[in-house]
Amino acid sequence: LGAPGELSPPTTALFAPPTVTSEQIEHLHRRFKQLSQDQLTIRKENFDSIPDLEFNPIRGKIVHAFFDKRNLRQESDGLAEEINFEDFLTIMSYFRPIEMNMDEEQLDRFRKEKLKFLFHMYDSDHDGKITLQEYRNVVEELLSGNPHLEKESARSIADGAMMEAATICVGHMGPDQVYEGITFEDFLKMWQGIDIETKMHVRFLNVDTIAHCY
Amino acid sequence: GQRSSESATSSNQSFAIVSFKWDHVKEPYIIVLWILVASLAKIVFHLSHKVTRVVPESALLIVLGIVLGGIVWAADHIASFTLTPTVFFFYLLPPIVLDAGYFMPNRLFFGNLGTILLYAVIGTVWNAATTGLSLYGVYLTGIMGNLKSGLLDFLLFGSLIAAVDPVAVLAVFEEVHVNEVLFIIVFGESLLNDAVTVVLYNVFESFVAIGAANVTGIECLKGIVSFFVVSLGGTLVGIFFAFLLSLVSRFTKHVRIIEPGFVFIISYLSYLTAEMLSLSAILAITFCGICCQKYVKANISEQSSTTVRYTMKMLASGAETIIFMFLGISAVDPNIWTWNTAFILLTLVFISVYRVIGVVLQTWILNRYRTVQLEIIDQVVMSYGGLRGAVAFALVALLNEDNVKDKNLFVSTTIIVVFFTVIFQGLTIKPLVQWLKVKKTEHREPKLNEKLHGRAFDHILSAIEDISGQIGHHYLRDKWSNFDRKFLRKILMRRSAQKSRDQILNVFHELNLKDAISYVAEGERRGSLAFIRSPSTDNMVNVDFSTPLPSTVESSVSYLLREKAGPVCLDMQALEQRRKSIRDTEDTLAHHTLQQYLYKPRQEHKHLYSRHEIMHSEDDKQDKEIFHRTMRKRLESFKSTKLGINHPKKLNKIHKRDRGQKRRNSSVIPNGNIPSENPVQDFTLKEKDLEFSESEENNDYETLHLGKGVDFLANVTKQNFTDNPAGIDNPVFSADDDHSIYTKFSPWLSSEDTVVPSQRARVQIPYSPNNFRRLTPFRLSNKSVDSFLLADVPEDRPRTFLPESTHM
Repeated sequence: LGAPGELSPPTTALFAPPTVTSEQIEHLHRRFKQLSQDQLTIRKENFDSIPDLEFNPIRGKIVHAFFDKRNLRQESDGLAEEINFEDFLTIMSYFRPIEMNMDEEQLDRFRKEKLKFLFHMYDSDHDGKITLQEYRNVVEELLSGNPHLEKESARSIADGAMMEAATICVGHMGPDQVYEGITFEDFLKMWQGIDIETKMHVRFLNVDTIAHCY
Repeated sequence: GQRSSESATSSNQSFAIVSFKWDHVKEPYIIVLWILVASLAKIVFHLSHKVTRVVPESALLIVLGIVLGGIVWAADHIASFTLTPTVFFFYLLPPIVLDAGYFMPNRLFFGNLGTILLYAVIGTVWNAATTGLSLYGVYLTGIMGNLKSGLLDFLLFGSLIAAVDPVAVLAVFEEVHVNEVLFIIVFGESLLNDAVTVVLYNVFESFVAIGAANVTGIECLKGIVSFFVVSLGGTLVGIFFAFLLSLVSRFTKHVRIIEPGFVFIISYLSYLTAEMLSLSAILAITFCGICCQKYVKANISEQSSTTVRYTMKMLASGAETIIFMFLGISAVDPNIWTWNTAFILLTLVFISVYRVIGVVLQTWILNRYRTVQLEIIDQVVMSYGGLRGAVAFALVALLNEDNVKDKNLFVSTTIIVVFFTVIFQGLTIKPLVQWLKVKKTEHREPKLNEKLHGRAFDHILSAIEDISGQIGHHYLRDKWSNFDRKFLRKILMRRSAQKSRDQILNVFHELNLKDAISYVAEGERRGSLAFIRSPSTDNMVNVDFSTPLPSTVESSVSYLLREKAGPVCLDMQALEQRRKSIRDTEDTLAHHTLQQYLYKPRQEHKHLYSRHEIMHSEDDKQDKEIFHRTMRKRLESFKSTKLGINHPKKLNKIHKRDRGQKRRNSSVIPNGNIPSENPVQDFTLKEKDLEFSESEENNDYETLHLGKGVDFLANVTKQNFTDNPAGIDNPVFSADDDHSIYTKFSPWLSSEDTVVPSQRARVQIPYSPNNFRRLTPFRLSNKSVDSFLLADVPEDRPRTFLPESTHM
C-alpha cells in the first residue's frame, strides 16, 4: 500500500457520504500495517497478536466478521481468506458515528447497515436466518466470560430470548406453523424502538491515540 | 443537677407527684416538634393531587415555613429557629447526598462524566466570575448606592450564589421526569460543583479577611492548587471509605441486624473526615456512595438492603423537607432584612443570563466530542434547571459579618434568589418541559433480547477499539471490569455473592418470576392452580426447537414443554375451564415454577427520581393480598396440583403481566431463629426492579390483555431434600415416596373437592419467599419444615442458579 493519499479517493468513494476523514484513514492505515506486519493483507492469524482481544468472549465471531464476505459488500458468499486495507476500512466504516447533517433516508440506511452487520454476526451459516441453534451459540459465547454460568443456563436464556423475539416478530401463528428463525426483517422489527446509531459506534479520535501495540 | 434543684425548691411544699419539666426537655422536644410539623405538612400536601401536580413540594414547604415563621414571630417577636449552617451541613445535607450517591446509576454517571465535570468546574467558575464581576461593575456605576463591599466581597458573593444546588435540583427534577441523560448531567453537575464552591468560597473569604491589599499572586496560585487538592482529596477520602465499607460488609454475615448501620456510619464518617481535612465533604460522601453500592448491595442480606434503602430515603426525604421548611422560617427575621432593589434584581438577572450563556458555550464545545449531541431543548432545560438552594443560604449565613460588612444584604439577596428559583422556576419547569416536548424517561419492559444485544455490543465495540488500536470508552470500561472481576470482587464481595452477578441472568430471572407470580395469580383467580391451557389457535408462537437435548437437569420449563412426551389431556374439566377463561394463560407446566428451585439474584432498585416513594406502583398492597391468598389457597389445594408430565406440545404466548413487576416488600422479621410456629402475618415479596418500568397499568386481573411478553418459565429442578425429624407431617405427601405418582396423577383430572388442607396450611402461611427455594422443597419433601428452616439458612449456602447438584 502506498501513501495514504493514494488510497483516499477510492476509499472515500466507498463511504457515501465520506465520513471517515483522511486523518482517521491514516491512523487506521498505520494500524493495519502493524497488524499485517507490513504485508498487504491480513489473515485471521494476525488478529491473534492483539492481546486485549483474547479476553473478549465473542472474539471468534468478531474476527470472523472481518472476513465475512457479506460484510465486505462482495456479491459472493462465504469467508475471505485474507483482506486488504480497503476491506479493513469497509468493516470499520460500520462503526462510524452518525453525522449531524444526515437526513432521514441516510439515517435509515445507516441504521440498516449496522443492523445487518450484527445480523451477519449472529447468522453463522449464512442462510439469512438466525435459527435457535445459532442464537444459542451466540448467547453461550456471550456469557462464556462469566465462569459461573452453566451452559444450560445460557441455553435457556437463549431459548427465552428466541421466544421473545418470535413473539415480537410474528405474534400470531397457527398451531402448525413453526417459527424457523429470525430473518433480517424480524431483526429490524426487534430493534424498532431502540436507537442503535448511538449504541453501535466507535469514536475515531482525531488525536494520536496511543496504539497499544507492541 | 436540674432534678435535684427542682426538688430542692419544691421541697418547701410537699412532694410533687407530677411536675412540668419543660426546661428539661425543651431542646429535643422543639426539634422533634418541628420535624413532626414538617412531616404532617407533607401528608397534608399530598392529600391533594391537583396541587402537588402543579406546585412542587419544595415550594409548598417554603411557603409553610414562612407562614409558621410569621406565626412564631407574631406571637413571640423573636426569630425562632433558623437554619443554622452547622445543623445544615452536619445533619441535613449528608443524608441527601448519600442517598444520591448510593443510588446513582453508575454507568450513566461515568458515561457522561466528562460532560458533568465540564459543567461542574468550568461552568461554576464561569458563573461565579461573571456574576461577581458584573455586580461589581454595576456597583461602580453607583446604581446600587452605598455599599461597604469591595471587589473581593462581590466575588465572594458570586461564588456562593453561583453553585447549582443538589437538593433543589433533586426536589424539582424529581417531579419532572426528564430523560435520564439530561437529569444525570444537571444532577451530576450539582453534586460535583461542591469542590469548586468550597474552594472559591474559602479562597475569597480568606482574601476578604486578610484584606484586598494583601492578596498576591502567590495567594491566587495557592487558591488554584487548593482546588485540585480539595476535589481530588475529597474523592479519595470517599473512595477509601467506600473500600472500607465494602470490606466490612463482607463480614457482617452474623450481625445482620446491624448491617444497615454500617452503611450509614461509615459513609457519614467519610463526610466528617473530609470536612475535618477541609476537603470537599460532598464529594467524599458522594463517591463513597457511588463506589460502595455495588459491593455492599451484593454482600448484605435482602432485608438489610431493604432497610438501607428505606432508611436512606426516609432520612433524605425528611432532611429535604426540613431544609425547605426552615428556609421559609429563616426568612422571617426582620433583623437580617436589608433591601437593595438594584442589587437583588441584578443578581437575579445576572445569574439567569450568565447561566444560559455558560450552558450554551459549553454545550457547543462539548458537542464536538459527544456522541449523543445535546440539543437546544436540552440546553434550555439545563439552563432553567440550574437552581440555587439551601447550600447557598447556608454558606451565606456562615459569613463573618465583621469581614463582610454587607452580610445582611447578601443574606437577603440569597434568600430571594433561592425562593425565586425554587418556587418560580420549580413551578414553571414542568409546563416548560411539556411545552418543549423534552424527551422523557422511557419506561419499558425489560427485554431479554435487548440485554443480550447490549452485551454483545459492549463486546463488539471493545473489540473494535482494540483492533483499531484506540483507547476508547469501551476499552476503559472493559479494563475496569476485568480489574474488578480479578481483584476487587475477590476482596470486597462475599464468596457467595461473587458468583451470581450477571445482569442478563437477573433479567432472565426477573422475567421468570413474573411468570411465576402471574401464574399463581391466575390460579388464584380461577380458584385453583389446576387449570390448563389447551393448545388453541390464538396467541401461540411455535419456535422450532428441533433438537432437544436429553438431560436430566433442565434449567427451564420451556424445555420441558417442548418435549413431546405423552398425549395432551383434554378432558372435560379442562375444556370447561378453557371455556370459562376468556383468554389463554400460562401453560400448566408452569406448575413447576412453583416447586422449583428458583434462582434468586439480588434485586436492585432504580431510584433516579423518586424521593417520596420507593415503590413503583401503588398497587403493591393489593398484590400482596392477592399473593397471600393465593399461597394459602395453594396450600389447601396442593393435592390437586400434583403434576403429571403430560403437557401440551405447543407453547402458548403470554400476556403482559404488570402486576408481577410490582414492588414487593420483604417481611420484616428479624433474622435468626424463627420458630416454625410463628404465624407470619405479613406475607410479602421482594422488591424488584432493574429495568422494570413504572407500570401505571391497571391492577385488574380481568383486563390483562394480550401483550408482548413471553413466558419465561423458571428453573425446573428436582431436589432431593433430606428428611428432617421436625416439622409437620404432610399427610398427602407421606405416601409419596414414589415419584411415579407424578406420572399418574394429572392435575386436571382431580376435582377441586378433594382438597385436603395440610396441617401446615392450617397453621401458617409460608414464610416470605425471599428465598424462593422455600417454595420449592414444599412439594417434594414429606416434612414441611424443610422450606421454613431453610428460610433462615445463612448465605453461605450459595445462591445457585441451578440445583446444588451442579456445582456453580
